[in-house]
Amino acid sequence: MAHAHDERATGTAEGRELAAGERLAFVDQYPAAARVTRLCFGVSFTALLIGAVLGIVQALHRTNVFRGVISSSDYYSVLTGHGVLLALFFTIFFLSGAFTWGTSRSLGRDLPNPRFSLAWFGLQLGGAAAVAAAIFGGFVGQIPFEADVLYTFYAPLQAHPLFYAGLAAWLVGTWLAGADWIRSYLRWRSDNRGERVPLQTFMVLTTMLMWYISTVGVAVEVLVFLLPLSMGLIESVDPLLTRTLFWYFGHPVVYFWLMPAYFAWYTILPKLAGGRLFSDPLARVVFVLFLILSTPVGFHHQYADPGVAEGFKFVAMTNTMFLLLPSFLTAFTVVASMEYGARRRGGSGYFGWMKALPWANPAFAGMALAGLMFAAGGFSGIVNAGMNINSLVHNTLWVPGHFHLTVGTASALTMMALSYWLYPQVTGKRLQLYGVAQVQPYVWFIGMALMSNAMHRAGLAGVPRRTAEPQYDQVSFEAALGSIPEMRLQIAVGGALLTLGAALFAAVMLATWFADRGRGRLRVDSHLPEPISGPEDAPRVLDNFRLWAAIAVVLVAIAYGFPIFSMVADGPFDPAAPPVPVGVVDAALGVFLG
Amino acid sequence: MHVHRFERIWLVAALGMIVLFVGTVTYGAVVAGYGMVDAEGGQVDATDPTDGENFREPGVYNGSEPGHYDVYVETRRFAFVPGTAEPIRVPAGSTVTFHVVSVDVLHGFEVAGTNINTMAIPGQKAVVTAEFDEAREYGIVCNEYCGEGHHTMAGSLEVVPPGEFNATAEVSA
Ligand code: HEM
Ligand SMILES: [Cu+2]
Ligand SMILES: [Cu+2]
Repeated sequence: MAHAHDERATGTAEGRELAAGERLAFVDQYPAAARVTRLCFGVSFTALLIGAVLGIVQALHRTNVFRGVISSSDYYSVLTGHGVLLALFFTIFFLSGAFTWGTSRSLGRDLPNPRFSLAWFGLQLGGAAAVAAAIFGGFVGQIPFEADVLYTFYAPLQAHPLFYAGLAAWLVGTWLAGADWIRSYLRWRSDNRGERVPLQTFMVLTTMLMWYISTVGVAVEVLVFLLPLSMGLIESVDPLLTRTLFWYFGHPVVYFWLMPAYFAWYTILPKLAGGRLFSDPLARVVFVLFLILSTPVGFHHQYADPGVAEGFKFVAMTNTMFLLLPSFLTAFTVVASMEYGARRRGGSGYFGWMKALPWANPAFAGMALAGLMFAAGGFSGIVNAGMNINSLVHNTLWVPGHFHLTVGTASALTMMALSYWLYPQVTGKRLQLYGVAQVQPYVWFIGMALMSNAMHRAGLAGVPRRTAEPQYDQVSFEAALGSIPEMRLQIAVGGALLTLGAALFAAVMLATWFADRGRGRLRVDSHLPEPISGPEDAPRVLDNFRLWAAIAVVLVAIAYGFPIFSMVADGPFDPAAPPVPVGVVDAALGVFLG
Repeated sequence: MHVHRFERIWLVAALGMIVLFVGTVTYGAVVAGYGMVDAEGGQVDATDPTDGENFREPGVYNGSEPGHYDVYVETRRFAFVPGTAEPIRVPAGSTVTFHVVSVDVLHGFEVAGTNINTMAIPGQKAVVTAEFDEAREYGIVCNEYCGEGHHTMAGSLEVVPPGEFNATAEVSA
């Protein structure tokens, strides 16, 4: 028995022998959940592909390598599309799919009500489509839509109401998705009293609690302030207050990008490496730490803001540093699991074991390379978090350098890698263009190494982020390392490789989608081996979601209660800034653009 | 709960590092005296900052002590006033306090290559102080997206030898 188990654990290309007519695919066991997962993935991948095309346009334009596509004032519509499609829609639609799969798989039951699931998917999609229409309408002169407010939509810049309404609808869609998973869990709970929550479901539930707590901020911002402002129902807003509400949500959303990656690193990567997870209890501890620590840190995005007392910034800084702990623990688990797997595959030596890892398996290679880049991103993040060093890099190109390592690689590459493993199971089809899939993670890795290192160095030289032009008449940037033209070239070449990487990924997914289902064996095996130290070793209190949610709320109240109170004490709309609609080219612009 | 020995060592090391990071930041703030932009600037009128007590007409002013200067900067789409049309000029060897406001949307005020880097938020006044030892020129960029002309929003800061400064003093009392 042990032997058979081991073989399954290592077999990634080969499944176990199947009985006649038996298939291992998830889609055969849970067809409704598989369908919703496929739909979510379809939207997610589409957003990724469009976002990647916008990415290369930006990379070439702002480095002056090729600028025939857009004008510099249209750059910001492109950048808004890139930020919103990638940071919000690619990531969260993927998460919605992966979590639908994860709850069904780990609870062993299909969706409680497939209609309801389609409804939340539809609401998310409708909202996302409205947002996209508002953004891309900006390119078409005849359409009154304008939304180049970037994905942070800071007031009093004002977009078309469709943008905010779409965001709100999409957000409600995500809330309902969470309700769907919670409902599955509660049903399972009533059939399985006293049992430990399965690990994947545990991860889904802690992540969603975090999402509910943190999206309250952006929901209030959009529904109480920005949507009414854009519709002319209110006359002004307090820009500091809306910005604070944004970042109250804006940092936790970072973990919403990362949690699907952690979910894959804990539950799937160990198996792909040829072993199994070290410790289920520690994985739970990590997710609980994220739940309680990730919301009360938003002020670390506001270190450079006037109107926020230094003490609040200090509290956020301390929380942020402690939030490193679950990531450090994850780094340990990921590396330890890979080493364990490699040694079981016959690897040996201090570092020599790495050679024994399945680097030709795209699902493994993608996740491992993503994890590696995340370590680099973590270090540049520590610089951002260091309250006073932060002012060297605040709003410079360093910042996109940092988050292309974290969300742009740790999350994005893991999501692509996970798709290589998961997509066959939710479609029942063998992964196509396997050779293309095998090189894809390496293309992404090299592209990102070039683009992000150059962005980091340019940031240190003071080159700002979010700008269409490489050159400012009145400013010369001095590079400490390398030269500015060399950095520009690297950003352009790196960006081109990244877009190629996204296109290769899309090709594999499309080819698989259109492939015949066939009778052959899937290239992956969906079995997930038990952790070495299982849930029975985890203290019961870890599964007490009410307790953790309550602690999270208390910490939020401590970090945000007083600053928010002092901002609204003079009236929630005061100091009153009237809206500044985007897309209205004012007279000043004509003068400056010549 | 069983925690592997290596995992425990790692946990302790990670906690140690975190405490170290918090410690260095605290050291920078408390001992080295690196001041953050905070709430000391107070509020101003979001569209007309000179209207209240908190903000003067944009320009360079003598500070409370000799060698100290106060620079009042208004950021607006897409210029720094002063800074863009005419450079901000201060003498070498001086301590300069910048008072930065916005009259329309969010802007950034970054003196490229230094750690003078603050947000200008309508309704709030940012206050940053820095010392300028040698005469040289610095570029100023807006590093927060402020509209279609954001990439045109730049200016300069000239730190001039003290002799020259007196000759062209723009200092009002
Ligand atoms: C195809 C590969 C990609 C390329 C070539 C690319 C390139 C770029 C460039 C050049 C910028 C603009 C920097 C600026 O002007 O400030 C940017 C911004 C950004 N990118 Fe990417 N990127 C890619 C993939 C991604 C991915 C996968 C994500 C997230 C999942 C992502 C998220 C963002 C975000 C959030 C911004 C900032 C937008 C803003 O500041 O408003 N990018 N990217
Ligand atoms: Cu500006
Ligand atoms: Cu700007």
